[in-house]
Amino acid sequence: MTTAIDSSILTLVTFIPLTGGLLLLLVPRRDRDIRIFSLVVTLLAFVLSLHLPVHFHRMQGGFQYEVNKHWISSPNIHYHMGVDGFSLWLVVLTTFLTPLCVLISWNSIHERVKEFFIILLILETALIGVFTSLDMFLFYFFWEATLIPMALLIGMYGHGRRVYAAVKFFLYTMIASVFMLAAILWLYSKVGTFDFVTVQRVIRGGNVENFGGAAIWLFLGFFIAFAVKVPLFPLHTWLPDAHVEAPTAGSVLLAGVLLKMGTYGMLRFNLGLFPEQSRQNAPWIIALALIGIIYGALVAMVQPNMKKLIAYSSISHLGFVVLGIFSFTAAGLNGAEFVMLAHGVSTGALFMLAGILYERRHTYEIAEFGGLATPMPMYAAFFLFIVLASVGLPLLNGFVGEFLVLSGAFAARAVYGILAATGVIWSACYLLWMYQRVFFGKVTQDVNNSLTDLSRREKIALWPIAVVALSMGVAPLLWLSMIDPAARTALAPFSQIVSSVVGQ
Amino acid sequence: MNPGGESMQTLPLGVDYIRFLPEIVLSIFGMIVMVLDPLVDEQRSQKHLGMVALLGTLTALAATLLMSQYPGSAFWNMIQVDSFSVFFHFLVIAVAALVILSSYEYMTVQRIRAGEYYGLILFGAVGMALMSSAVELVLIFIALEISSISTYILAGFRRREAISSESSIKYFLLGSFATAFFLYGVALMFGATGSTSIWQISQVLHSRVPLLAYVATAFMFVGLGFKVASAPFHVWTPDVYEGAPAPIVGLMSTGPKAAVFAVLLRIFFQANAPGRFWLIWVSAALSMTLGNVAALVQTNIKRLLAYSSIAHAGYLLIAFAVPQTAIADTGISSAMFYTVAYAAMNVGAFAVVSHLAGAGEHRVELEDYAGLGRRSPLLAATLTIFLLSLIGIPMTGGFFAKFYVFSAALKANLVVLTIIGVINSAIGAYYYLRVIVLMYMREPREETALPRVPIGVGITLAITAITTICLGLFPGRVVNYSLRSAHELVHPEMSATDIRRPSVIR
Repeated sequence: MTTAIDSSILTLVTFIPLTGGLLLLLVPRRDRDIRIFSLVVTLLAFVLSLHLPVHFHRMQGGFQYEVNKHWISSPNIHYHMGVDGFSLWLVVLTTFLTPLCVLISWNSIHERVKEFFIILLILETALIGVFTSLDMFLFYFFWEATLIPMALLIGMYGHGRRVYAAVKFFLYTMIASVFMLAAILWLYSKVGTFDFVTVQRVIRGGNVENFGGAAIWLFLGFFIAFAVKVPLFPLHTWLPDAHVEAPTAGSVLLAGVLLKMGTYGMLRFNLGLFPEQSRQNAPWIIALALIGIIYGALVAMVQPNMKKLIAYSSISHLGFVVLGIFSFTAAGLNGAEFVMLAHGVSTGALFMLAGILYERRHTYEIAEFGGLATPMPMYAAFFLFIVLASVGLPLLNGFVGEFLVLSGAFAARAVYGILAATGVIWSACYLLWMYQRVFFGKVTQDVNNSLTDLSRREKIALWPIAVVALSMGVAPLLWLSMIDPAARTALAPFSQIVSSVVGQ
Repeated sequence: MNPGGESMQTLPLGVDYIRFLPEIVLSIFGMIVMVLDPLVDEQRSQKHLGMVALLGTLTALAATLLMSQYPGSAFWNMIQVDSFSVFFHFLVIAVAALVILSSYEYMTVQRIRAGEYYGLILFGAVGMALMSSAVELVLIFIALEISSISTYILAGFRRREAISSESSIKYFLLGSFATAFFLYGVALMFGATGSTSIWQISQVLHSRVPLLAYVATAFMFVGLGFKVASAPFHVWTPDVYEGAPAPIVGLMSTGPKAAVFAVLLRIFFQANAPGRFWLIWVSAALSMTLGNVAALVQTNIKRLLAYSSIAHAGYLLIAFAVPQTAIADTGISSAMFYTVAYAAMNVGAFAVVSHLAGAGEHRVELEDYAGLGRRSPLLAATLTIFLLSLIGIPMTGGFFAKFYVFSAALKANLVVLTIIGVINSAIGAYYYLRVIVLMYMREPREETALPRVPIGVGITLAITAITTICLGLFPGRVVNYSLRSAHELVHPEMSATDIRRPSVIR
């Protein structure tokens, strides 16, 4: 019984949202029904996805819940899915955030409601698929599939310059992923399969013809696709535009999950397939990550627009992730994965909070607000909690990941750690300063006096996040105990495993 | 192989007619439609005649199924039934059926008398089907003419519009000129090899390649290149597509094209016509580049799709550049897969275009598509599927079509051509996306309600959209079938054994 569930659970979790989206086509255009239906579907996916961590064999490095079926014979493509400690939590993160996105979009989307939720559900399937697929073709398939729904969400439901933002987002990621496709096809032409596990084994066995000369190009092919997604420093310019114009749910998923596709890809493919090239290229990648950390933070500091500020803060936080990955230490990898999850939760929450304010005032300009703590005390409390989590206050989720990444970076090279540590300080500056300007003091504008505090629906959407943020800070081992074996497996080809995070 | 033995027969065998059955069925139904036309009331004629024509194509499909059970040659080795010709029979007849389906309402809107229209589609289908099974250059020429003349007339069917007549005349004049080239090529080939039979040409060219054969190949390629709208013989395409009735463009850009590609495959891979490499290489590179670049600046959806069809002819031609060696199979099969995928997405796209065009085809500017996602979500979603497939996004037939062609080209070490193709796909993405952006992200220009999607168009769209997605998810069956056909095509010894089979069947 358990095995039957184990082998089909990933398929279920991945395709339930899509099935829901297709069924939604048949639901009559009564907005309320559509919203409730979407909520039920996304909650169902979430509940099912909880099966993954509950029945996961901790301390085991490889992939679990695997399903490997023949799909297309020419080219040789398999329906191969499975999760390890890295991807498992990203799947759960996706299924956790999507119902909250449905809740937060309850009233803010009132036009073309049906299309919105169909797109959202399709997007969820594509996102989960990216993390669960172990066949590189399948991976590419889902990777590209995230693109269209996300671009549509921005372009159809966004604000202001939404079309510009949507097209920019689409072109950036699409052009970059062509390089990845080329690399995948090259590997296929030599190995004869798209299967990640097989390709990895063949490469490690040194049985790939002409691999030596091509490896660096393959590494870069994968890397550029992921770097745009992360986004790494010089390739980041699509992100602020996309975030500012996107609807709240789009921003939440964009920051919460889509960016992690990039860092996950680096973990899985760049480290997994090209350890040697990863090590050779680590210095400049780390340099870019450090620039991203500091540059993102400094630019965030001066943003007059709340959403843009959060967007630049994402660039800074994702820099930590890249730094952790390319420090090649157990602490760094564990930390990188933990920052991904923590950032997904808290930045997702920040975007939700910004969206709640936008619903009331239709602006993100920080200057438009001031003294909001008076009319909206509950809102201010949630906001403060999330800001503190994001800043990295001990006992909240942000701290654990950043601490691990920093210790990994110090172990790799002290200067990395020192520079990155300034990022932590910067993030406290810009977030707390923003908080001060928006919430403290007297109410600066009369309109803001009449703002209503959180509704029950909004509270329902925010409470889970607060609970998760706290529990990730208090009991990080719950997460790390599954991440650590994956990190060790990933580091196996690297000799210097510096420190152990979880005592065994 | 010995064609002489059977050609001694003075009367064709019974089984020969089965091998020719789809063409016979289509012709009979075409005549029925023509005869019925004056008999039925003009107001209601479209529906009934359309039904008859549709029935004709469905019967022809059944006949193809029957024909596929009797592989071999017929009529003194003039036509050849193998899985290759069965494949193209299915394709062109299905395209004709879908175009007939999607024309029902269009005929009423444009006030076109239906009899000749449906009749000509059926006759055109006869020519296209015959092209795929003809293995005799003169017969190929006749088939080509049957199909071309039907499309010349069909292109001018919007009689009230000057642009449609222009389209027809232009297509006719240039088309005749091109077929003359083909015919000249046939004559030269006869001069070079002493035969017009694909088999014998192949045998002669196998032992020696006279210089004249190169010239003949070039001339034939000019004629056929015109028909598939490959550069530099593409200039007619945008004007003709713009003026011709939209459903007919859906037909012209897929059916005859697929059939002509079948002919090209036979001439190049079965008859071993020499010197094709650079012809194809240059034409493919030019078609892709010119088509895509010109499409970037179009403001009319029909012209945009016309340039896109030039570009797609270019991608397809890449597959023809693979050398005549062991990997020829993959090239041929990728070309075959491409014709199917392209037919599905293009017929679908033109069904949407013809439905939206309205009376007199006035709404064919890109601006008219603004806000379509709001005005008709389902129609916009369907067109999006086709456009994504034209771009070549995974999960659609267009992706695997490009994938197979490019990987066949890479196997043959055609690296430069593949790179040109990939860059062009990226350029192409832009103008297709522009349409999607317009549909979903801009406000509609006019808020008038769109006409309901009639049942015929609805079925066409459903079939083409499902085919497009199925080809993207499960391409296996089509690919395997086309690989088998390709194998039969390049290894005629297999067919030679088939030829002897009629005596057993009889």
